[in-house]
Amino acid sequence: MRIIFEKRQSISRRAMVLVPVVSFLVSLLLGAILLLISGANPFETYAAMARGTFGSTYNFSETLVKAIPLMLTGLGVSIAFRMRFWNIGAEGQLTLGGVAAAWVALYWAGRVPAFLLLPLAILAGMVAGALWAGVPAFLKAYLGVDETLTTLMLNYVAILFAAHLYYGPWRDPQGYGFPGTAQFDPSVWLPRLVGTRAHLGLIFAIVLALALWFVLNRTRWGFELKIIGENQVAARYLGIGIARNIVLALLLSGALSGLAGACEVTGISRRLQQGLSIGYGYTAIIVAWMAQLNPIAVLFVAILMGALLVGGDQVQMTMGLPASMGLVLQGMILFPMLAGSLFTEYRLRIVRPEKTDPLASETVEAAS
Amino acid sequence: MNEVKTPILEMQGITKRFPGVLANDHVDLELYPGEVLALLGENGAGKSTLMNVLVGLYRPDEGEIYVRGKRAEIHSPKDAAALGIGMVHQNFMLVKTMTVAENIILGMSDLPFVPSMETVGKRITEISKRYNLQVDPNAYIWQLSVGEQQRVEILKLVYRGAEILILDEPTAVLTPQESHELAGVLKVMTDEGKSAIFITHKMEEVMEFSDWVRVLQHGKLVAVRRTQDTSPQELARLMVGREVLFRLDKAACTPTETILELQDVHADDDKGLPALRGLSLTIHGGEIVGIAGVAGNGQRQLSEVVTGLRRVTGGQVFIRRKDMTNQNPLSVIKAGVSHIPADRIGMGAVGNMAVSENLVMKGYREAPIVINGVLRPNRILEFAHKMIEMFRIATPTPQTRIKFLSGGNIQKAILAREIDACDGLLVAVYPSRGLDVGATESVRRMLLAQREEGMGVLLISEDLEELLTIADRIAVMFEGQIMGVVASDDADVETLGLMMAGVKREDLAVEIEDAVSTSTASS
Repeated sequence: MRIIFEKRQSISRRAMVLVPVVSFLVSLLLGAILLLISGANPFETYAAMARGTFGSTYNFSETLVKAIPLMLTGLGVSIAFRMRFWNIGAEGQLTLGGVAAAWVALYWAGRVPAFLLLPLAILAGMVAGALWAGVPAFLKAYLGVDETLTTLMLNYVAILFAAHLYYGPWRDPQGYGFPGTAQFDPSVWLPRLVGTRAHLGLIFAIVLALALWFVLNRTRWGFELKIIGENQVAARYLGIGIARNIVLALLLSGALSGLAGACEVTGISRRLQQGLSIGYGYTAIIVAWMAQLNPIAVLFVAILMGALLVGGDQVQMTMGLPASMGLVLQGMILFPMLAGSLFTEYRLRIVRPEKTDPLASETVEAAS
Repeated sequence: MNEVKTPILEMQGITKRFPGVLANDHVDLELYPGEVLALLGENGAGKSTLMNVLVGLYRPDEGEIYVRGKRAEIHSPKDAAALGIGMVHQNFMLVKTMTVAENIILGMSDLPFVPSMETVGKRITEISKRYNLQVDPNAYIWQLSVGEQQRVEILKLVYRGAEILILDEPTAVLTPQESHELAGVLKVMTDEGKSAIFITHKMEEVMEFSDWVRVLQHGKLVAVRRTQDTSPQELARLMVGREVLFRLDKAACTPTETILELQDVHADDDKGLPALRGLSLTIHGGEIVGIAGVAGNGQRQLSEVVTGLRRVTGGQVFIRRKDMTNQNPLSVIKAGVSHIPADRIGMGAVGNMAVSENLVMKGYREAPIVINGVLRPNRILEFAHKMIEMFRIATPTPQTRIKFLSGGNIQKAILAREIDACDGLLVAVYPSRGLDVGATESVRRMLLAQREEGMGVLLISEDLEELLTIADRIAVMFEGQIMGVVASDDADVETLGLMMAGVKREDLAVEIEDAVSTSTASS
């Protein structure tokens, strides 16, 4: 008996649903083993994690607080990845989006009507993020510069530039030396859902995910992007402008990450300060892959990842486990999910020995 | 003398089927020690398949292999290597970031845990001296020219003790000088008693390199000749075959307005070497102009220049009398030019996308497939069903990813798309390459139907029989130039063969205007 690993002829819808569920169960099992080894009760720990993330409206809203930037950056990253453009610069694009929004919030107040300030701040964040992704896109599309290096390095530029601002020229003089700007005028605060910290960014993310799904799957432009992502030689042959489309797609990708940054500063911290991003832009890469670059799936995966972030903290607080345990559990959950995603594309097939011809022909020979 | 020798290798009745294609049909092969056997045939004749069977990359459906008189079961290249059989593939199997010496020992099973690179280097130098295969063992692969990389591939085989070397179109990537050197290398090896199988579709190389030649055609062995007893002309005829597989009813040619006009076109290939050198050609509506020639004489570049995929360095391209020189592919498409590329899955189709999606890759820009920039899935499906029916594309569903179809059906899908979009000129490059008889016939019928519709067709083919069957005029290309244009009714395989080998037959090179007026008069 042989087991053959082969590519599926068409993507199975059943596998698309079943595989993540089974993978998640496997990861819980693996995590449980780890917890047992370190002397914790897996059931209690998982229960604590579940309570801490989904147990109450407030807890769930905290999960959403983490999920919103992951949704937006995850959407941004998946557009780029669909083009085989390895944008690992969402972190920088997010940061610069935050900087631009803060700039509008701090320095345009009083110069433009108050009701325009928040939309302008958000728009500025998106433009900044778009440009920050546009630079490597332009370099790649027209000069063939490797995008992994440029997007990664521009992260550091953006992060250090933000630090320069809130440590230096933009620091709040009344802030007792705290690294951050003054708090924004309330007119630039992004509305929150009552009694929680979850903000309007959630609506943005949902609407944009739906819009993006539509654009990618139902429009002419989306069709062209798909062809470019699958086969650039064919795209060129079919008369599709590759360079132009890569730049356009990346502007959109960066704008989404920039929006995430703008939402963070106007919705959560209400100032530009240290710790704007806790690696959302990098986690977005995992979100995008786990969602298989599907915008709708990005929303749900982002919530799962948000839950892991919050749940990790919960484990630390309520179970008295070391802080690193939260991170280890996150990793444990991710690995089977990523490994499992293989099975939506491939399947295992068991082949009975009598069907394989080499052995069969040998038997015939022996008989003759 | 030679006849007394026993063959070192025998393949008997090798048959290999792929979906829709009979790649090898009971092929026999004998190889004698100290000799070079040329395997001659057009693309898709089954040469590479046969050799892949020999090195264990494919399992034959029927047939047996004997090495040194003993029945051999070859399941993998490792088994083949153990029997002293090694192959230099067309695409080199080298790790670019590693050195020559590292590449040579890579994957060897009897290697110590820490190999002494010094000893390896010494042995390499020794072997390279003996066979005149100069290469620095410590150089990195990426630093080497293509010719040098090929030497590394050969060294790799010799280092591992190969006695039977298979070279798959080794000269395709070499300059004439390098080819000549390679002939010298093979000579030294055969003098030592090693043998080689040399895959090619060039008659001159058969004459230069080999002792024996076996000719394959559509998967069948059609001739075995001693090289000294044959001639390039005979080989050309054998390779192309004279038997007409089927007859196609062809209405008389009624050329209309000029669709394509190339004036003194020059263009470079990917390496920046001149590929087209002052090529002029005219195609009218309602006629099929065939381009004959040995692969690598600028045919691909010609098709790319016409379709806007390659820039010309000189000359002009007119489509319907409009200057389209160096216009982008989209403008050329909009001017009504369709293109069936040589590389089906690499360029003509997107393997991971559905058959239906592949079918609308030209039509997606316009209503009713798209309205206000939004695709209409139902219209796409409707269109796909129509095309699948009209062109008899065998596919489980329109949603099946196109890469799971057979080569013939992928080609039919590409044809369906391109023919539907065609409005003036159809550029078809090796459209029936590798297809079985049935698929070949339907492809040719479709091209003829385009001609009836009044389209101009530029048909690039290595299959002279195909050109003689469906083209109205045949232009022979050699080293980026047109050697001559002949009406296909007046053409014969021998003359075409001579022109393909670079003989300019001025008396046969009918002026384009003459050919047009003749065919107009005859209709």
